[in-house]
Amino acid sequence: MSEESATIGKGLPEVLSAQLMPKHVAFIADGNRRWANERGLPAELGHCAGKRALVELTFLSRKWGIKVVSIFAFSTENWKRPKEDVSSMMCLFQELQDFDRYGTRISCIGDRSRLPECLREVINSLEEKTKCNNGLHLIFAINYSGRFDILQATRRIAGKVRDGKLVGHEDEIDENVMDEELQTNCAEFPCPDLVIRTSGEQRLSNFMLWQLAYSELFFSHKNFPDFKEQDYVEALVWFQRRNRRFGGP
Amino acid sequence: MEKQSSNRATQLIEGLGSSLRRCICLVLSVGPVPKHIAFIMDGNRRYAKKQNLEEGAGHRFGFRALMNILKYCYELGVKYVTIYAFSIDNFKRRPEEVQSTMQLIQEKIEGLIEKESIVNRYGVRVHFCGNLKLLSEPVKLAAEKAMNATACNSKAVLSICIAYTSTDEIVHAVEEACKEKRDEFRALNKSGAGYGLTGLGGNATDRNGPLIDTADVEKHMYMAVAPDPDIIIRTSGETRLSNFLLWQSSSSLLYSPRVLWPDIGFWRLVRAVLDFQRNFAYLEKKRKES
Repeated sequence: MSEESATIGKGLPEVLSAQLMPKHVAFIADGNRRWANERGLPAELGHCAGKRALVELTFLSRKWGIKVVSIFAFSTENWKRPKEDVSSMMCLFQELQDFDRYGTRISCIGDRSRLPECLREVINSLEEKTKCNNGLHLIFAINYSGRFDILQATRRIAGKVRDGKLVGHEDEIDENVMDEELQTNCAEFPCPDLVIRTSGEQRLSNFMLWQLAYSELFFSHKNFPDFKEQDYVEALVWFQRRNRRFGGP
Repeated sequence: MEKQSSNRATQLIEGLGSSLRRCICLVLSVGPVPKHIAFIMDGNRRYAKKQNLEEGAGHRFGFRALMNILKYCYELGVKYVTIYAFSIDNFKRRPEEVQSTMQLIQEKIEGLIEKESIVNRYGVRVHFCGNLKLLSEPVKLAAEKAMNATACNSKAVLSICIAYTSTDEIVHAVEEACKEKRDEFRALNKSGAGYGLTGLGGNATDRNGPLIDTADVEKHMYMAVAPDPDIIIRTSGETRLSNFLLWQSSSSLLYSPRVLWPDIGFWRLVRAVLDFQRNFAYLEKKRKES
């Protein structure tokens, strides 16, 4: 066993099995505003509390040997949200510079063209700075939707058809071709094994759609800032009990 | 004599049950009724094991449950129902199991177009959605016959996903969309009107705007025959989509009762609709606020 995996094995709660850990966990991080409203606080503080939860969950994921964590932070549909969301995004990405120390690689998926210039620059430089890190891969879905991802992949494929790189014949376009063109192709494990959605909503809200074909979906009633270590362990225990058949025997 | 009175008692109970159901449907229809409910009918094999039945028998009980659920949906006024009858992944199962399932499916498809069947009673148009080329000839023929026989029905729609996976559906739609655009582009080029067009795309923000959009892809989906589902119900307690309606599920309420499919009854449907109605008010509020 390598030194790194020995360290990871040591931190794992006893109820969890190292062999059955998911490679990729995705969070639909819902409920920051609700958390703030319940306490009579401004929405900004809800986002701050959400940020703290995110940092803790990232730390735990790294400790427990999860390879990829993706966070659905901001969908194309939420774009009409107020300026405070943009400034808390800026704060979040400034703080994430710190993650570089732990060998964390940070990527963003989504339609960046509609983000403010300042946010785009911070994201681009953070991606560049961490692209060679081989620790936990943290993927932020910002201004992202599952349909957007499929559509941008379609356009890229159409471009290859135009350029003669794909004949456009039935045998040439298959599920592997789609996988390569989706934005999650940046990850070693692009499809989440486990999706955790907080705040009690039981829907995907246009998060990754193609990639969630066989993902186990765990719905928690807690708002994201309240989702703590014991809740994460509960979700992982639930995941490890699943009998994943992938449609087969 | 005893048998007669026992039959009468059964009929009375069924009649009472039916009246009670109608009352509840009336009450539910005061609130928003989902337009489209989709079902992942999971648990037939586990049911057969639990009841010590022979393999394959679980699917027959599952079919009976399906007929009841369809009846309840149409009584409630749900216009579109979709079922995940057979996934492309299911072809990986043991050949004997695949064959017996296919035989059952063919038998039941043929039963659908009989005079007294549920589709005629409720005026249901039937669609078979999936990569039908993967089906054996007899099953494919039965499916085509059922689609033709019900083409004039217009009160409700039943979409049967067979030889289907969502990723296969999306790839097929993408292929068709690319072919269509390529042919359009060639035709325009030939006529000399292609000047100024940058081509089929490649960047989301081409000079002339994106040339393939959501509608171009959606219209080639097998499931273009129905709007997106309001609710997706998967029985047996599993909470995954298993490659079912991925594109279409983006806003659907996901409901996963623990009950095995053959045991699903009217009350589970009521519960799902109540959840939908509760969420509906909240979603409308969110939509207005944004």
